[in-house]
Amino acid sequence: MIALEDILQIDLPAALSAIFVCVTCGLLGNLLVLRRQSLMGDAVAHVVLPGIVVAFLLSGSRSPWIMVLGATISSLVAVFLIECIKRFGRLDAGASMGVVFSILFALGVLLLERAALDNVDLDADCVLYGQLEDILWLEPTTIGSLLTPQVWSQAPREMVTLGVLMILSMGFITLFFKELAITMFDAALAITQGINAGMLRTVSMILIAVAAVASFEAVGSILVIAMFICPAATARMLTDRLRTQFILSGLIGAWTGLAGYALAAFGPMVANRMGLISWDHSLSASGLIAVLGGVQVALAIVLGPRHGVISRRIRTLGLAVQIAREDLLALLYRAEEAGADGLRRRWALETVRVGVGSRMAPRLAMRNALSRGLLNGDTEMISLTTEGRSKARTLVRTHRLWETYLVRELGLRPDHVHRSAEELEHITDTRMHSELDKQPATTDPHGKPIPEVFETPDGAAL
Amino acid sequence: MHVVLAQMGEASWPEIFDIFTFRGGWNSSVALLGTTLLGIAAGLVGTFSLLRKRALMGDALSHATLPGVCVAFIIMVALGGEGRSVPVLLFGAACSGVLGVLTVQAITRWSRIQEDAAIGIVLSVFFGVGVVLLSRIQSMEVGTQGGLSRFIMGQTAGMSRRDAFIMGGAAIVALFFTIVFFKEFRVICFDRPFAQSQGWPVQTLDLVLMGLVVLVTVVGIQAVGMLLIVALLIIPPAAARFWSERLSVVTILSALIGGISGYLGVITSSIWSDMPAGAVIVLASGSIFVFSFVFAPQRGVISGVVNHLRLRTRIACDHVLRLMLEVIEEQRGIDQPEAAVVEASRIVHARSWSPLMLALALGWLRFRGMLDKRGPSLVLTTQGATAAARVTRNHRIWERFLVTHADLAVSHVDRSADMVEHVLSAEMVAQLEQDLALDDPLPPSVHEIGESPAPDDDR
Repeated sequence: MIALEDILQIDLPAALSAIFVCVTCGLLGNLLVLRRQSLMGDAVAHVVLPGIVVAFLLSGSRSPWIMVLGATISSLVAVFLIECIKRFGRLDAGASMGVVFSILFALGVLLLERAALDNVDLDADCVLYGQLEDILWLEPTTIGSLLTPQVWSQAPREMVTLGVLMILSMGFITLFFKELAITMFDAALAITQGINAGMLRTVSMILIAVAAVASFEAVGSILVIAMFICPAATARMLTDRLRTQFILSGLIGAWTGLAGYALAAFGPMVANRMGLISWDHSLSASGLIAVLGGVQVALAIVLGPRHGVISRRIRTLGLAVQIAREDLLALLYRAEEAGADGLRRRWALETVRVGVGSRMAPRLAMRNALSRGLLNGDTEMISLTTEGRSKARTLVRTHRLWETYLVRELGLRPDHVHRSAEELEHITDTRMHSELDKQPATTDPHGKPIPEVFETPDGAAL
Repeated sequence: MHVVLAQMGEASWPEIFDIFTFRGGWNSSVALLGTTLLGIAAGLVGTFSLLRKRALMGDALSHATLPGVCVAFIIMVALGGEGRSVPVLLFGAACSGVLGVLTVQAITRWSRIQEDAAIGIVLSVFFGVGVVLLSRIQSMEVGTQGGLSRFIMGQTAGMSRRDAFIMGGAAIVALFFTIVFFKEFRVICFDRPFAQSQGWPVQTLDLVLMGLVVLVTVVGIQAVGMLLIVALLIIPPAAARFWSERLSVVTILSALIGGISGYLGVITSSIWSDMPAGAVIVLASGSIFVFSFVFAPQRGVISGVVNHLRLRTRIACDHVLRLMLEVIEEQRGIDQPEAAVVEASRIVHARSWSPLMLALALGWLRFRGMLDKRGPSLVLTTQGATAAARVTRNHRIWERFLVTHADLAVSHVDRSADMVEHVLSAEMVAQLEQDLALDDPLPPSVHEIGESPAPDDDR
């Protein structure tokens, strides 16, 4: 059994750090994703290396503050260079980023190699992979001890820094929410409202750079990119409102950090106890957090309540069924006009299928129409009920009124209007109806009579 | 990351010469040839990616290869092997790389997440999967996982004959496809709907192009490392782009630059053994890029600045000449303008010039023999008078045109004519003269030539 003390001293600081990183990056990531600058995170991740190495070579110190300063400066330099190349070299954004960050990264690798030769140990791996597992808090021994300030004064530096950063980011976004919102969507408008859009953008970039650099230590550079983009992308698929987007991305970040760490640290152990796998050492926490982030994006893409793939398909199908049902009714009405009592079921289905393009829709529509009492039918033939007939009449009337309108007002030729009317008849609302009704016509351009629609005293159409 | 000579440390000049000409020992020659060919292939293939604005897809691709490599490694070990078989690892890399690219496309197609975010997601999440697998591998009791670190940072040393052959093969394949399908690739880059309407199999061609990128990336990862291979696909074409507007020239140049970068990188690394070859290759191509960015004749920065300055000076000169003529016209009429003397101060105060611009303009006019300075005054030469007449005529014709055809008020036309007077061609002028039925050598101005300063875009 794992000792509580171990959990408090090893897992708690690591998990908290992970959560802090993910919330910070999740919140700030919206500023990148919504501005289509997601790959700026990629660029920053690559240029942090030369920044750190140069800072070290210039100062001779391995103090983390110096490293952060160096990395932040190199990020800002990179952003500046990217803008220069975009503007004066007329290269597209992606290529400019790629050029700048790979040259700077190569420079970093080169300098790192030289630094390594001077018998100095600068660990490039840690920048790539992070070292969540190395954050230790040697004070707390029981849960109760967490309440004493003395324990907190010994909290690990990384955890505290990340916590402060998280609060800073939350504060920044809350305080400047309105300004950020306007600037993100319409910078010109923001400027006319007196908001200094350029300054806001610069401050955002600086905050992002500092957050990125501080997070690299914990989760590694490549994975910071995941945390900048994934929570924001997941939230994007779940909501259309900016405030909800920010809140959701923060929450998703927090949950991902916690769950990812727990899975990585304890998952294999649990699976081993259950006999699923033969080993039980922990996995890379930062990697698993990134994977979890990606999985959530995928789930949101598929299952998102409004914009998810499944939800959209269902809506499309619903629309197709509605159109197929109306087509069916109109088809039967026209058949009655031609003198038939009803139609063969299979033929009707086939004709409507050709019009709607889906195979399922006509069948569902037929079933729906039968159950609603719009159609009478058995296995061979179908025919209209009274109610169905009146609905069909309205549809055909709308269709023929449209044809009249298109020929009269738009000057289209009579043989060109059927197709358009076919589509328009399904989306005509009451206001359009009343406009169409104003036309003094009794036959459509093809000579067919435009059905009258009478209203009974209780308002139902006949 | 080093290509090492027989002896450590610096090499002597004859040895260096040998290295340059592929005679510096088997290892370095093989590495040299292989990497040069890789550079050529990357340059060729990268041109098309760049033109389709898919440059950073290569980054997602290269990062997405990590899980494939790890899975291949784990499977090999589980099957009893040692996990070091390079072709298998490369195959794994290619598979997961392709999967990554397809995932990016799926994300952009099925959701409203934009392409840049999709690339970032694939890049980091796939890499995360790889990192998790790595953490498993590192705890496995298996001999060397050293081969895996090659994939991340790259290593041209110890490049075996087979590796060089693989690179050479990849280069030849890339060359072949580029030459054979050049027309098709070109159309897809610039006008995909047109190609579709012509019935060309654009999907297949897309796949072929993607296949080439995957090929070059996976093969190149060994030499330059995963983090830097994207540089070879982006920087040579971007540098080549500055030198020409023609695709064939850009493609060839890009291949050349890629090859030279590879060549220089390996050579530098073999002479100074503490320089990692991959980084030097990228820095070599980077230097060529910076050089192109600054010095290229049409699209380079210096050329742009020079052109811009030239244009501004020409415009300022035109303004000076017109101003002189208008002053002369007001003083004594436009007969024999060369005889008139104009106070320099009248020119200086008529528009809000910047002193530099005005000095440049006056200097240039005097250099071209259009203007003479006599003490505090200026005099037009014959040549200058002709030029002034032309500009002023343009100005006034355009003003008339605006008044008669565009219904603008006479007080509103000066500004527009101020800009258009410089760019009216002779044919345009002839047409306008016909339109307006003008045959005056210098029509009078439609508005009063006032004393308020003209617009200050001469700064």
